[in-house]
Amino acid sequence: MSELSVATTIIEPRKGLINIRFRELWAYRELFLFFVWRDIKVRYAQSVLGIGWAVIQPVFSMIVFTVVFGNLAKLESDGQPYQVFSLAGLTLWSYFSTTLTDASGSLIKNSNMIQKIYFPRLIVPIASVLGKLVDFFLVLLVLLGLMAYYGIFPGAEAVVMVPLLVFMTMMAAAGAGMWLSSLAIQYRDINYGLHFGIQLLMYAAPVVYPLSYVPVQYRLLYGLNPMVGIIEGFRVSLLRTGPMPWDLIALSFVVSVALLASGATYFRNKERVFADVV
Amino acid sequence: MTNDFAIRVHDVSKRYRIGVRDSDHDTLVGKVISKLSRPIHNLRRLRSLSQFEPGQKAEDVIWALKDVSFDVRSGEVVGLIGSNGAGKSTLLKILSQITEPTGGRVEIRGRVSSLLEVGTGFHPELTGRENVFLNGAVLGMTRREIESKFEEIVEFAGVSRFIETPVKRYSSGMKVRLAFAVAAHLEPEILLVDEVLAVGDIAFQKKCLGKMDNVAKEGRTVIFVSHNIASITRLCSRAILLENGRAVMDGPAHEVASVYLNAGEGTAAFRQWDAAQAPGGDIARLRSVKVIDEDGEIAESIDIRRKVGIQIEFEVLKEGHELLPTFHVFNQEGLYLFPALDLDPVWRRRKRPRGVYKTTGWIPGNLLSEGIHLIQVALAAIHPFIPQFNEHSAVAFTVVDSTEGDSARGDFAQALGGAVRPRLEWSTVAELESGTTVGPVGLGVARTGK
Repeated sequence: MSELSVATTIIEPRKGLINIRFRELWAYRELFLFFVWRDIKVRYAQSVLGIGWAVIQPVFSMIVFTVVFGNLAKLESDGQPYQVFSLAGLTLWSYFSTTLTDASGSLIKNSNMIQKIYFPRLIVPIASVLGKLVDFFLVLLVLLGLMAYYGIFPGAEAVVMVPLLVFMTMMAAAGAGMWLSSLAIQYRDINYGLHFGIQLLMYAAPVVYPLSYVPVQYRLLYGLNPMVGIIEGFRVSLLRTGPMPWDLIALSFVVSVALLASGATYFRNKERVFADVV
Repeated sequence: MTNDFAIRVHDVSKRYRIGVRDSDHDTLVGKVISKLSRPIHNLRRLRSLSQFEPGQKAEDVIWALKDVSFDVRSGEVVGLIGSNGAGKSTLLKILSQITEPTGGRVEIRGRVSSLLEVGTGFHPELTGRENVFLNGAVLGMTRREIESKFEEIVEFAGVSRFIETPVKRYSSGMKVRLAFAVAAHLEPEILLVDEVLAVGDIAFQKKCLGKMDNVAKEGRTVIFVSHNIASITRLCSRAILLENGRAVMDGPAHEVASVYLNAGEGTAAFRQWDAAQAPGGDIARLRSVKVIDEDGEIAESIDIRRKVGIQIEFEVLKEGHELLPTFHVFNQEGLYLFPALDLDPVWRRRKRPRGVYKTTGWIPGNLLSEGIHLIQVALAAIHPFIPQFNEHSAVAFTVVDSTEGDSARGDFAQALGGAVRPRLEWSTVAELESGTTVGPVGLGVARTGK
C-alpha cells in the first residue's frame, strides 16, 4: 500500500453524495483477496463433508423439485429431463441466494474489525460475492456431469454466455448485498426477513417452471427480477431449450448495473456511521 | 519543512446518541397501544442512531469530543490521558478513520496503523501461519512485507511449534503473543495504540513496553492511550489531557500526568477523617494523612528524583504518654518495602501534652521505584505499648521516572523492574591496550586523555 504512504489523509464530515474511491479499493486489493481466501477456507471448517455441502444443497433441492414439481405436479421442462432443467435453474439461483445471504450478514460478521480497523468497507460484501464462486463452480461441474449423463451438450455460445451471465449475477448479488448489508447493520430485521424473501424471490424466477408459463403481457414486468433473464439465458445456452431471450438478458443487465451502482452509493453514504450503529 | 506535522487535529467534535429510557405506560390500554406501536417506535429509535435532526430533544445526545485541536510533529510520541469516557478512544477512532467526526477536520501525513486491540481479525479456525498473514493484511502490511518478517514474528511470539495449528487450540496467552508479534512488526509512519498493554502477564507487558520504546526511538509518530500513567510518562515526551471531550491540557507528559492524578477533591494523596469516624484510641486519634512534595503541596505524582513527604496529622486526647507515629510503604504489587518510624528528637522519649500534631517523614528522592505506592499509617503509645490506630492504604502516590538522564535509569528507556531504584555512584578504571589508564580522579589514578 505504498500509494497511501505519500498521500495526506483528510478526515472530516462528509456531505452530499459520496463517490466510490476506486483507487483506494485497488490499494486494498490484497486485504480483499485475504478476505475472499479466509471466507473460502473457513466456511466448511470442522465439517466431515467439507466443501461437499456446497453441492449437497442444490442437488437435494433438485431431487425434491423433481419429485414434487416434475413427477407430481408434472410441470413442463422445455423438453429436457426435469432434473437437468431444474438443476440448471438452481445452479445460478443458489449462487445468487447464498451470496446474497452471506453478503447481507457480512458487515455484522465483521463488526469487530469494523469497530477497530480502517479499510474500505465495500470490500466486505464484495468478498462474499467472490468467495461463493468456488461453490458455484462445483455445482456447475455436477450440472455438466448430469447433462453428459443425459447426453445433452451445450451450444458453442455457452463459452461466452455463461461467463457473462455469471458476471451479471455477481453484479446483481453485490449490489443487492450492499443495500442489504448496510441496512442490516442498523436494522437487524433484514437478517430475519431475508431467508423468507429469498424463498419468495425464487418463485419469481424461472427456476422450477419454464419461462413459457409466464403470460406474455407480464414478461417485462417479470423480467425486472434480474435473475429472470440470467437464469433463462443460462438454461438456453447450456440446454438449448429455445431462442436466446435477449430482451430479458438486456433488462437483467440494466437492473443489475442499477442495483450495483445504487447499492455502492448507498453503502458509501451509510459507511460513515457503521462503527457507531453496529 | 519547518512545520513538519504528522497529524493536525482542528476543532474535531463527535456526537453520539445514548439511549434514554422509554416512557412507561401504566394502564392496560396504554400498554397494549405501546406494544402495537412498538415497531414504529423501534424504527424511530434505530434511525435516530445515525440521524440528528434539529429540534430533537438534546438530553440523549452526548458530545464525546468537543472542539479538540492539536498538532503532532513527525516523530513525536504523544500520550492521551483522561478518565473513562473522556473521549480518548473516540479520538483514536477518528484518527484511524473508523468513525467520522461530526465536525472539524483532521489531516494526517503518512501511513497510519492502529493497534486498537491486538488480534483484531484473528480467525479461530485458521492456523497461526494463516492468521499472521491475515492479521498483517488487516493491519496494513503487504504480503511481501509479512513474508520477509514471518520468521521474526513467529520467533518473537515464541509459538513456532504451533504455527500450523488452528489458533482456537492456542492458549489465550499464545494468541495474544502472536497477535502482538504481528503488530509489533508493523512499520507505519504513524502508530495509534490503545490499551494494548492491558493484556498478558507482567513479563509480556514489559516485553511490549520495550518494543514500544524501540518504535518511539525509530522516529515514528506514536499516539498512545493508556490508563497506566507510569508507562505514559516514560514513553511519551508530551501528553494531552482530555476531560469530558475537551482537551484541557497539553504539555510535557509528567506535568500533565501530575495534573491528571491530582485532579478533583477525591485525590488518593490526601485523606481526612471526621472526629466521629476517625481511627484512634483513648490517647490519640488520626485526623488526616497527606502526601506532599518539597513545596508542601499535596502531590499524587512524584518525580523519582524528588523527595516525598508523608504527613500524619493526629490529635492527642490524653496527655502523659510517649507516642510513636509510623508509616509503612508498600508497592503496587503489595510488597512491603520498608517501615518508617518517627525519629524527631524534639518529641523522642518525651510525654506529649494534648494538642494537634503534624508529623512529616521524608522519603528521599532516587530511592523508590516507579509506580504506585501505598502508605499504611499507625500510631502507638510506647512504654507501655498501647496501639492507637493502624490504617492500611491510607494514602497513595505514583512515582514517575524521568527520561532526562539524571535518574537511576540514566539514558536507558526500556522497562525496569525492582522494588527500589536508588541512584548509585559509579566508577570505572580502564586499562586500555594503548597503555594508558583511564579512571576517576581522586582514586590515585591519573586521568590521561589522548
